Amino acid sequence: MQCSKTWIGLGALLMAALAAPAAMAQTVGFSQIGSESGWRAAETTLTRMQAEERGITLKFADAQQKQENQIKALRSFIAQDVDAILLAPVVATGWDSVLREAKEADIPVILLDRMVDAPEDLYLTAVGSDLVHEGRVAGQWLVETVGDKPCNIVELQGTTGSSPAIDRKAGFEQAIAGHENLKIIRSQTGDFTRAKGKEVMESFLKAENGGRNICALYAHNDDMAVGAIQAIKEAGLKPGQDILIVSIDAVPDIFLAMAAGEANATVELTPNMAGPAFDALEAYLKNGTVPPKFIQTESKLYTQNDDPAAVYEQKKNLGY
Amino acid sequence: MNAGIRALGRIAPQLATLAAILILVAAVFPGFFDISLANGRLYGSPIDILNRGAPVALLAIGMTLVIATRGIDLSVGAVMAISGAVAASAIAQGLGLAATLALALGAGLLCGIWNGILVAVLGIQPIVATLILMVAGRGIAQLITEGAILTFSHPGLLFIGGGTIAGLPMPVFIWIITGLLVGLIVRRTALGLLIESIGVNLRASRLAGINTKILLVAVYMASGLCAAMAGVIAAADIRGADANNAGLWLELDAILAVVIGGTSLLGGRFSILASLIGAMIIQSVNTGILLSGFPPEFNLLIKATIILIILVLQSPRMVAAFRAGRRVRKTAEAKEESAFS
Repeated sequence: MQCSKTWIGLGALLMAALAAPAAMAQTVGFSQIGSESGWRAAETTLTRMQAEERGITLKFADAQQKQENQIKALRSFIAQDVDAILLAPVVATGWDSVLREAKEADIPVILLDRMVDAPEDLYLTAVGSDLVHEGRVAGQWLVETVGDKPCNIVELQGTTGSSPAIDRKAGFEQAIAGHENLKIIRSQTGDFTRAKGKEVMESFLKAENGGRNICALYAHNDDMAVGAIQAIKEAGLKPGQDILIVSIDAVPDIFLAMAAGEANATVELTPNMAGPAFDALEAYLKNGTVPPKFIQTESKLYTQNDDPAAVYEQKKNLGY
Repeated sequence: MNAGIRALGRIAPQLATLAAILILVAAVFPGFFDISLANGRLYGSPIDILNRGAPVALLAIGMTLVIATRGIDLSVGAVMAISGAVAASAIAQGLGLAATLALALGAGLLCGIWNGILVAVLGIQPIVATLILMVAGRGIAQLITEGAILTFSHPGLLFIGGGTIAGLPMPVFIWIITGLLVGLIVRRTALGLLIESIGVNLRASRLAGINTKILLVAVYMASGLCAAMAGVIAAADIRGADANNAGLWLELDAILAVVIGGTSLLGGRFSILASLIGAMIIQSVNTGILLSGFPPEFNLLIKATIILIILVLQSPRMVAAFRAGRRVRKTAEAKEESAFS
């Protein structure tokens, strides 16, 4: 009798032990767009790290910028019966049928970083950054830093027509609206690249009295700011002092510039989209908590006071 | 003396166009011609044009030779990315400046040999042959940089992009000297004539005893070398090799520079000087747009419109009409003169 009870107890324990992993995600498939930018490489690195920390086996598929590869990867994840799928979609449209297949197989899908044009019930949630908010954070920093002093701003936009360029511009303009002393005097595209950022900044400097009319630079990404910093130095001005510099992304190189006092602030577009995604997944599988349809990542502001040299050391090995 | 006047006549339309564009830019942006001396370097928009135009000018030198053989080299932008990546990774591994430059330029030559063999030996059409490297080359560059922007701070390498001699930026010297050298080599020897003959009629040239294969490979190698120099300059300029963006779409600007320079895509007669002026025309338009302060949505539209006007003015029909007009006027003048005398 006693003996059988123990066995039952053991059996129950065993059942519980077997059941527990079912409540926690064990295997997660991750379909990544590719590695077109340093940021995306860092996102991949951080997703692997986050999975490892949580004891999740990550099945990784690099789509090399092709949707058909992503759909293939998703189908193979479904066939392998993974516990969940992370998807960073390369384009917005054309996902309905494969997402439906995942739903029918009862596999929750979480979108990373980009959205899709599909009914909301086909995915569990989307983790991403609010681009308008990023621009707003950058603008607020400048408003607070400048105070009441008049300040002429030049803006290096991203690729014309791209959503980060449109949204980061809009957010920044919202933040400085109502502050008459802050004016955007020149705005031109730098195509998100260092070379164009430098070339366009050179022309800004020439056009604005050798740069003496310019009080601040707002760049839609750090790479353009890094290029612009070189142009400002070559013009004989001190970036970070003569011209304040605020940009977005928080890539490692901007922290080097900040440590050298040549850049003032950057707003982080965190590559850690997987952390919040895994948190939401865990809560969903454990307690059935349905997350909101969009989880906004933090747009953290870094300034020279945040020990940029140390942040650089943290970030430099993430694959940026 | 006569030859000099003839050469000037050849580039007169390009010079006129360049002057017109510079005047146009100066009208939109007063202060355009202001040049000052700051920190021992000349500082002003005309200097920017000479400096920023360096990559396209270098590409245009090689492209002119290739186009003269009735070929085309679409891979130059990707070759720029490769040589920049090679230079950055070589210097990062502690190689000296000479070795780094040798490797970077060697990479360009190698790319040129590859293109040349595809075209000259295997007989693949140049546009297709070089398209292969245009696509694959950027991938090779990304492999070298491992997808990141490979930064460096070697003063010697940086000097190539940002250093100055007598106040003028180094890239300006590089493209002008390269242009002069190549111009002298092709015009003071029979080389230029041989290249033109390949473009006019490959078979006839071969039958006439020209080693067309070697010459074709050499022409693509020259293009690769020019692209490699442009790549090193572009990388040194931003203190890093950006495999994704270095030289992106510059092959098209280079081809445009050659076309504006009046060299026919059908091969044959070419002028390196005219192509270089073509490159400066393109850069003047670019810099002018940046200085003008128009919203960026108009950039491409303005550029396209100006290029269209230039090409229409240079089109055979327009040139013929212009010449005819001048001849009519001349004969009319001559008649008047004879009537008076």
